[in-house]
Amino acid sequence: MARIPVLAVRKIGAGTLLLIEEMGRMFLFLLRTLSWLCRPPFRFSLIVKQLHFVGFKSTFVVVLTSTFTGMVLGLQGYYSLRKFGSEALLGSAVALSMIRELGPVLASLMVTARAGSAMTAEIGIMRITEQIDALETMAINPLQYLITPKLVASVVGVPLLVAMFDIVGIWGGHLVGVNLLGVSSGSYWSSIESAVEWRDVYGGILKSISFGLIISWVCCYKGFYTTLSAEGLGKATTEAVVLTSVLILVWDYFLTSVLL
Amino acid sequence: MITLTGIHKTLGGQPVLRGVDLEIPAGRLTAIIGPSGEGKSVLLKHMIGLLRPDRGHVFVDGVDIARISDKELNAIRKRFAMLFQSAALFDSMTVFENVAFPLREKQLASEPELSTMVQGMLDRVGLGNMGHKYPAELSGGMKKRAGLARALVTGPEIILFDEPTTGLDPLMTKSIHDLIVAMHRVFGFTGVIVSHEIPKIFSIVDWVAMLRDGKILAMAPSQEFQRIPDPRVQEFICIDDAPAAVAPCREH
Repeated sequence: MARIPVLAVRKIGAGTLLLIEEMGRMFLFLLRTLSWLCRPPFRFSLIVKQLHFVGFKSTFVVVLTSTFTGMVLGLQGYYSLRKFGSEALLGSAVALSMIRELGPVLASLMVTARAGSAMTAEIGIMRITEQIDALETMAINPLQYLITPKLVASVVGVPLLVAMFDIVGIWGGHLVGVNLLGVSSGSYWSSIESAVEWRDVYGGILKSISFGLIISWVCCYKGFYTTLSAEGLGKATTEAVVLTSVLILVWDYFLTSVLL
Repeated sequence: MITLTGIHKTLGGQPVLRGVDLEIPAGRLTAIIGPSGEGKSVLLKHMIGLLRPDRGHVFVDGVDIARISDKELNAIRKRFAMLFQSAALFDSMTVFENVAFPLREKQLASEPELSTMVQGMLDRVGLGNMGHKYPAELSGGMKKRAGLARALVTGPEIILFDEPTTGLDPLMTKSIHDLIVAMHRVFGFTGVIVSHEIPKIFSIVDWVAMLRDGKILAMAPSQEFQRIPDPRVQEFICIDDAPAAVAPCREH
């Protein structure tokens, strides 16, 4: 009987040690990648290629989700504000929600699902098929060649996608609030102009930059250290998407509490 | 040229190499044979620094590559090339781009020179008209040839071959072996081949080393290797369907 608590403690201890080891390895991976960022050769063509993949190719899904997010915000906001006779504030409600929270978080989650999972799968397959080893045998550092372009592309691309998400979302709110529910267009835009401050925009940009870093960091790490099997790669991809999404939401809370 | 002394390596809690001592003769082809799962590929990866030993030394021209920085290791790796078991071609690039890749990355040739060098190497390995194809469009043998072209194009001093004929039919196996021998005659590199192709491998290499129980059990010139009386060597190399090449086996 006495063995049961001992086994439980041993299991918890082993799990904790594994978690600490994994976290340490993740941070070292990030630090080593960042250290390779500022060393030549600088492969701009790879960064442009990754920007095309992370940014341009995510445009459709970002526009689609932002349109409907803005529309539902317009709808919900209108019926909530109408109770207080404040429909004229719909524009500011939609814009502030979009710029401060929904834009950075939802756009980043979309990028995680579309581009982040692909990063894990691509790097994982390269690991399994020894393509990463091949790079090393050619005296090419895989962190510099494979990871840094993805990191730069995410840090640059995600804020641009978030900006697009915000703008399209505000137009979505306008479509429902003004075109369907009859809020005055002038009051919609003027309430945005009076309520949105530079601080809100700055906070959104800061969030989206850090989310871009989290996406490329976690997703590339999971692919880079995948176990060498199809099942392992599937697990790594799932873990990458889940961990990135959770980290985005947790980090969003901390950033919001600091920025407010 | 390459000397390994007292190499120990444990992977996933399992001891794989338990004190490997091995000297690779310069300018020769050396085969490493042994049962599956004995750590032959692991040993090969130590020679180019893809794995570092838990204990022991890997000397390349007197420099212990297990104890140097990544920067110094990369400088030494420029003298190496490796043909992987899966060929490890970059699947996002065409065959031509794959072969051109090390030249472009190391800036060893201008674009017009590079084009001539790559096309010449593809012609040598019999893939002259396959440069535009992607690895996924190639057969196993073609992938190995493309991998060999990529390994050779920079003119390395040492080439490591990790089971270059695994998964190929006998004709393709012979073709790859002939290609390795022909390229060795032309370029004179030091070659290390991990292989299961017994007895065929004896006819193409100069030296054979056998890995067993995590150590080098025997090493000898290929013609003499088959006469080593150790029962563990004979048990491994004697197969019934190779009458001519393994005739000495029958004497033991």
